Amino acid sequence: MSHEEAAAPQVYGMVAEFESPDQLLEAAKRAKEAGYRKIEGYSPFPVHGLAEAVGCNDNRVPWIIFGCGVLGAIIGLSLQYYVSVVDYPLNVGGRPLFSWPHFVPVIFECTVLLAAFGAVFGMFGLNGLPRPHHPVFNAPGFLRASQDRFFLAIEAEDPRYDPEEIRRFMVSLGASSIAEVDCE
Amino acid sequence: MSESRVIEPLIEGKQTYETITEQISSVVSKQKEHPKAWFAMFLIGFFLVNMLLVSVTYLIYKGIGIWGNNQPVAWSFDIINFVWWIGIGHAGTLISAILLLLKQEWRTSINRFAEAMTIFAVMCAGMYPLLHTGRPWVAYWLFPYPNILAMWPQFRSPLIWDVFAVSTYMTVSILFWYVGLVPDLATLRDRLVFKPARYLCGMLSLGWRGAASHWKRYEAAYIVLAGLSTPLVLSVHSIVSFDFAVSLLPGWQTTIFPPYFVAGAVYAGFAMVLTFMVPLRALYKIENLVTMRHIDWMCKIMLTTGLIVFYGYIMEVFYAWYSANPFEQYLMHNRWYGPYAWAYWLLIFCNGVVPQILWSKKMRHHLPTVFVISLVVGLGMWLERFIIIPVSLHRDFLPSSWGMYTPTVWDFGLFFGTIGFFIMMMFLFIRFVPMISIFEVRELWYRMSHRKKHAEPVKVGVNE
Repeated sequence: MSHEEAAAPQVYGMVAEFESPDQLLEAAKRAKEAGYRKIEGYSPFPVHGLAEAVGCNDNRVPWIIFGCGVLGAIIGLSLQYYVSVVDYPLNVGGRPLFSWPHFVPVIFECTVLLAAFGAVFGMFGLNGLPRPHHPVFNAPGFLRASQDRFFLAIEAEDPRYDPEEIRRFMVSLGASSIAEVDCE
Repeated sequence: MSESRVIEPLIEGKQTYETITEQISSVVSKQKEHPKAWFAMFLIGFFLVNMLLVSVTYLIYKGIGIWGNNQPVAWSFDIINFVWWIGIGHAGTLISAILLLLKQEWRTSINRFAEAMTIFAVMCAGMYPLLHTGRPWVAYWLFPYPNILAMWPQFRSPLIWDVFAVSTYMTVSILFWYVGLVPDLATLRDRLVFKPARYLCGMLSLGWRGAASHWKRYEAAYIVLAGLSTPLVLSVHSIVSFDFAVSLLPGWQTTIFPPYFVAGAVYAGFAMVLTFMVPLRALYKIENLVTMRHIDWMCKIMLTTGLIVFYGYIMEVFYAWYSANPFEQYLMHNRWYGPYAWAYWLLIFCNGVVPQILWSKKMRHHLPTVFVISLVVGLGMWLERFIIIPVSLHRDFLPSSWGMYTPTVWDFGLFFGTIGFFIMMMFLFIRFVPMISIFEVRELWYRMSHRKKHAEPVKVGVNE
């Protein structure tokens, strides 16, 4: 409570609104060239090349999925080995207890199940979701970021952050509106 | 099909992102303008669900003796309907996963709907094995867990593979559907006026804000989920067919079963998508998104898989002859001329003869015909399982242990009850969830309009 009175609301950054995905992509590329590092684009559908343009080269999701898949296969195999060979061996006409071809379907299903969990939870986890509130939601007109408008944010943490310069820069790139957005 | 030919577009009319969003989300946001036919369909579903509840209650009270199952026909409606429903579910995964991997853009306006169909069909399917155990309150015995009975499942049996396959399939289908839904729930959160609905969508959309880095991970996860679902869907119906193919019974023990079951599943599933989509696109005026092109292509897939299924029937006859096994040969004789011959010939008529109408383009564009054919195929695929299960069981090796099978009113009560459950869930979904993926249609629209700018014909469904 007390610290709230002392400090002025923190600034999230400058958020510019664009009317088309091409403008947003172009603006993101130009901002990157101009030397901004803490930038993020927001769009109502995936725009190809935008993530790379804002400097996101995160390829961890497929590796998480792979790891989970391997773990699933190990769990599937060891479960069946333990049950069929160690804990509950059944002698069926002298056939081998470790009859691995029969174990393939369950190993496969366990692999798929864990890999799918890895895909969903890994993706949402790396995205920092669920997170109901985010400062960018304070940007004017941001409701349309999930509908038909395209936004580019340059965050206050950027070393070259200067509201006036960014305003001029974004207007020159064709932004239809631009505003400084507070964290509160 | 030559690539230079201009194909009818997949989204018709003059559109913007806003018109697309409004058209799809208004079904959810304008609850007061909902068509009256919705109530009629919901009530039919609701009535049948009550029948389902009565059937299940009496079943649990009395036991599975109320069904027509007997010796030698120990498997019947319970397994027929399980296989039928799970097959119907497979079209959803095929549309959403396999067509995504093949870059078939036309999947975009039907995938959400088909995925929902998958989930509800698998729910219906799942009821049967649980009830068929006779003691559904100990259904958890199916799963391997350390217990005081010191018992474990037998991992060499296809029945336990089924437990793993179906429960994995259900889980992965729900995850896939939900992941696809998150950006659209964010759209609804930002559009709806009714506050509790906005809060609900806000919670369910997990605070999705469409950041570029999020989309990148999202797309990576989504394509891998599609890559996982594709072999999964093939494995599920292959394993279902192993329930039969691994046994020694004439008519069941054939190596063609896995591919033939998978093709049959896709066949029945596309028929079910068409059964729903043909009336719904008129009712909700989404003809510009689910175009005649979509109907045409779904008919073609139905025809193709129908031909594979028919090839399976021919191969079964060939096996019977080529095996030189009198039991196999008698089985085929019994199918053709035995007491259930009417079902066999009706099956050939439904699955082999009627779909041939779809060779004609004119017929594929005649909606009442398409609707009727889709119903006939649904019936045909049900009859196929009837032929495979009770008809193979009722006369096997020893004539002294032959018998006949007649379903009882409770068999039908449960069957129509699950159909009602499916109808009710589908209509609830249509009313309260965007039935077409909004963000994917926006993206498709963006790509299509981009191609127009470069003076290229709209090449939809053709690999880029």
